[in-house]
Amino acid sequence: MSTTYDQALDVKGAKCPMPLVKSRKAIGELPVGQVLKVVATDRGSLADFKGWANTARNIELIAQETVSEAGQDLYVHYLRRTA
Amino acid sequence: MTIDKLELSETRALLERLASLEARVADLEAHPAQGIEDRVAMVVFSGDLDKAIAALIIATGAASMGLETSMFFTFWGISAVKRQKMFAGKSLLEQGFTAMLPGGLGETGLSQMNFFGAGAQIIRGLMKKHAISSPEELFGLARELGVRMVVCDMSRELLGIADAELIDGLETGGVATFLGDAARAKVTLFI
Repeated sequence: MSTTYDQALDVKGAKCPMPLVKSRKAIGELPVGQVLKVVATDRGSLADFKGWANTARNIELIAQETVSEAGQDLYVHYLRRTA
Repeated sequence: MTIDKLELSETRALLERLASLEARVADLEAHPAQGIEDRVAMVVFSGDLDKAIAALIIATGAASMGLETSMFFTFWGISAVKRQKMFAGKSLLEQGFTAMLPGGLGETGLSQMNFFGAGAQIIRGLMKKHAISSPEELFGLARELGVRMVVCDMSRELLGIADAELIDGLETGGVATFLGDAARAKVTLFI
């Protein structure tokens, strides 16, 4: 699956709550309507980003996927800034 | 002509409804109802490191999610926002409290398995090993993210903690400061 995005953020190795904190900062720097791709190794980020998207009024979770890279699971999130 | 009369009475009724609506709006504006907002309000009562970590992770997470977040530090919880210990100008009892209580987040212990501070050091070591942000980093982040931090003035005075012992830039308040935030919060926590 290839989702298009405008900006990518690498939060590999970051633990809760850092993937969220860093993504929040990054999406705040994006113009409204653009998409941020976040690559994390934190397994909890799958549920965290869903929770964030359900709560926040300015983001939309477009897609989430888990990919395996060099024997390590990567959790990829695509978020759109909506406001 | 009956039609005209009907229209006139209808217009009059509409004007009356408009006037009563205007009165209601004015009344609501004068006494705003407290709505539930995207807020998180926390009481940090405990001065334990493990509980402070939980509170700080929730605070930074909430602020990142776009929730207005406030932390109200009271009683033992004030230990988490101290930057130093000072003994000058205190009564003997106050000096005793100062000696017994942590002089900041760095000196706080665990609520369980503390073993005179060894437990806290082990947890800090484990957090570092697992690349988890330190309590101090989380605190800095919370401030950066605009988390409101209020120190309970009554318990600060009770425990003989001087303003100069606290981290700079914190707010001072009382129960109404907390409740002012909590009454409008979707999430309230007592930690």
